[in-house]
Amino acid sequence: MKAHFTINGEKKEFEFSEGEVLLDLLRRNGYTEVKGNCYLGTCGACTVLIGGIPRASCVTLAAQVVGQEILTVKGIGSIKHPHPIQKAFAEKGAVQCGFCTPGAVLTAYALLKNNPSPTVEDIKIALDGNLCRCTGYIQQIEAIKYAIELIKGGK
Amino acid sequence: MEGFFKYIGKSVEKIDALALATGQPLFTDDMEIKNALQIKSLYSPYAHAIIEDIEEEEALKIPGVKLILSYKNTPQYLHTTAGQGWPEPSPYDTCMFNRKVRYVGDRVLTVAAETEEIATEALKHIKVNYKILPAVFDPEEAMKEGAPVIHDEEGISGVYDARRNLVAHIEVKTGDIEKGFRESDVVVEDTFETHYAQHCPIEPHVTITYLDEYGRLVIRTSTQVPFHVRRIVSQVTGIPLKDIRVIKPRIGGGFGVKQEIILEEICAYTTYLTGRPARYLYSREEEFISSRTRHPMKIKVKIGAKKDGTFNAIKMYALSNTGAYGTHGLTVASNTGSKTLPLYNKAENVEFIADVVYTNLPVAGAYRGYGATQGYAALEQVVDEVAEKLGISPIEIRKKNHIRSGETSPIFRALGEGREGVTQYIQSESLDRLIEAGAKEISWSENRRKKTGKQSKVRGIGMAMLMQGSGIPAVDMGAATIKLNEDGSFNILYGGTDIGTGLDTVVAQIVGETLGTSPDKVIVYAADTDITPFDKGAYASSGTFVSGGAVYNAALKLREQVFEYAREKFNEFDTKEFLIEDGEVISKRSGRRISLSEIAYETFYVRKHQQLMATASFISQSSPPPFAVHFVEIEVDTETGQITPIKYVAAVDCGIPINPELVKGQIIGAIVNGIGYALTEEFEFGKSGKMVNPNFLYYRIPSSRDIPEIVPIIIETYEPTGAYGAKSVAEVNINGPIPAIGNALYNATGIRIHKTPYTPEKVLKALKDNINK
Repeated sequence: MKAHFTINGEKKEFEFSEGEVLLDLLRRNGYTEVKGNCYLGTCGACTVLIGGIPRASCVTLAAQVVGQEILTVKGIGSIKHPHPIQKAFAEKGAVQCGFCTPGAVLTAYALLKNNPSPTVEDIKIALDGNLCRCTGYIQQIEAIKYAIELIKGGK
Repeated sequence: MEGFFKYIGKSVEKIDALALATGQPLFTDDMEIKNALQIKSLYSPYAHAIIEDIEEEEALKIPGVKLILSYKNTPQYLHTTAGQGWPEPSPYDTCMFNRKVRYVGDRVLTVAAETEEIATEALKHIKVNYKILPAVFDPEEAMKEGAPVIHDEEGISGVYDARRNLVAHIEVKTGDIEKGFRESDVVVEDTFETHYAQHCPIEPHVTITYLDEYGRLVIRTSTQVPFHVRRIVSQVTGIPLKDIRVIKPRIGGGFGVKQEIILEEICAYTTYLTGRPARYLYSREEEFISSRTRHPMKIKVKIGAKKDGTFNAIKMYALSNTGAYGTHGLTVASNTGSKTLPLYNKAENVEFIADVVYTNLPVAGAYRGYGATQGYAALEQVVDEVAEKLGISPIEIRKKNHIRSGETSPIFRALGEGREGVTQYIQSESLDRLIEAGAKEISWSENRRKKTGKQSKVRGIGMAMLMQGSGIPAVDMGAATIKLNEDGSFNILYGGTDIGTGLDTVVAQIVGETLGTSPDKVIVYAADTDITPFDKGAYASSGTFVSGGAVYNAALKLREQVFEYAREKFNEFDTKEFLIEDGEVISKRSGRRISLSEIAYETFYVRKHQQLMATASFISQSSPPPFAVHFVEIEVDTETGQITPIKYVAAVDCGIPINPELVKGQIIGAIVNGIGYALTEEFEFGKSGKMVNPNFLYYRIPSSRDIPEIVPIIIETYEPTGAYGAKSVAEVNINGPIPAIGNALYNATGIRIHKTPYTPEKVLKALKDNINK
């Protein structure tokens, strides 16, 4: 089948099969910033925002999200103009191998949209679905706290 | 060292961090490769069987199926999948495909097809006829007379006694162990078992291969060992080494599991036979059932001590289960002794014995900590038991017995990685300071067992003391080339393999410091076997020490060239009073100065006409240990058996931390991985030897909500054999959680659990047994 999606603000038309999950559709069409291949929704590396809500794209059927707004990590910033969360992750040691980073950054982005002043406990709960094997999470949490300052400071 | 160095000891931003955080296509599988064949594998459902026949005709008829590989049509070269230096200390006991399968998950064949769906469909149409053999899962049973012989094939080498399933047997003795025990005032013996676990990099194994414009084979792969991949793929496939190029892009974590060559040879051979690009990607399930794991061990430790707490004799016996193949079997077990026993060098009588045994279970391999993790799980708990028996504090007994600067241990010489080791004297050490700093942070007291507000919950504090090494001495080499560009920037080309640790950033800092240039003007290109010099790869905590050492040596050489050019220009006699800083060479004697940019322009285009560049190698004759002392406070719920770590303190001496923020990341990451290993992560096996929980739902690695407060304390020492005084830090901290939590559990509840992980079921049972005692 064929349908429209809005990805990172651009309207796109893609062909896909009935059972295809969003992760595969996105990677097949060059959105390789979406990682992960557990296909159980357990690792969070494939997180994208659908209508602003973090979702595991590996267990989301493409057909379920036709016409919706999908945001990947490239949709919130670039190397030249990084989002404060991306900047904070880079500065605060929150990126080691970086494979889980796009998912974790998007989760943080959604969190701060809904709750601009989360507690550490709020951050931990939000990140619960984004597994990271390298950092042990502490620097990710510190980075998100730092991003809050950056955002509040208008940077 | 604040103020002394300009770029060393500074938390320079990881050079690839922003690219990764913004989702650039940096990983193996992010490259668009048109027309690639997709590879899928079929695994043995039996723990031990001979393949009698493979009926593949039906599958080959499916449109889009291009190639089926099995033992029937692939070279039968015995080799090891361990990506180690040559000659590998692991046995040659496997082929690309084997006719005999030795565990549930052993790879039987692969299908290469136009799409993943077709390849997966084709697997369903292949019938494999097996002759099932009796299997053995228990390492003690496997060594007995009459047990099924797992490796009875012709021509295997490097196996100690294949008839007894004995991959390796290690015996090292110093002094007189029995006399040592006789002359001790107390003797404590205890046995601990550790379990199967997997590394779980979030990026699984993945390889892409294709032929370049000249017909040479390119392997883009998620590996820790690009140069060993080139050598071993050539060895296994028969493709000449000169026709293979291995490229390491960004790697999504390794932790040891990507030190194995398990996809590359098949992907390469598929491309070699078909001329087509090929892609081979493991699923999470395959990562669990068919890649590599941590060697489970049973370790018996016996310590004899004098009344004052001085150790007189230590005996350690390790029985290591290497699973169906012997990769890293000998060397991991060697490290169980060699990376633990020298820590307590006051004992003059030491014996270490290990048996490494084949079983029909998943294959163990390299995993962060590499045998030391298992050794410390036992040793550090027995040390606490000795302390208790003598009525001495766990802190005092460690202070009394630990190795100190200027000292050695006979174990260093007697036991290396699968062979004799090298004599080495400790040149940087601050264990007393580590103990004191850690104890203060955790609020250690002799009476540290605490009640909580709730009747059923008790708290306790435990500690562990640890060391590791920095690279494999006199074996593993790294090399680097550095060249100067017209704007005063530098290129580093080196084989060092940053798998997410930040090594590329560390070497940029080393070059920046040595050549007076901001690290952002150092462009790092790493690990491409066509372009960069050799490096052993990322393992054995060798990144900063060995690969960094190579970069440092090359930078020193290049600095000499730069100085020599400036000397001629300044018309001075020597370069003794030359400085290099902020992109300029300055003669303190004459005050003259010239920028690196001017030097490059002049040497390229005006005078000399040469590229200022240098290549150097690094090998160390010693493996300076980083040290760590860990403390953990836990809460035990005596009603549910749940252990919750509350606060974890790690005081760490890794020499000079070149980049403290990256060091912090290594410390915390290793601790959290270790906490998962201690508490929740565990392979569960069915009766047939099948791993039954191959996903993150049932194999629980820590999430953000599972972590305690973690306080890393970095205490600087200066290691004279390392570039800018640095030692390693990657592995040592994974060794702490099991014994520290184990000791805290004893402190809180009086129970000691002898088999990891410390699950609620085991805690409850032990509490019950303790009441009944």
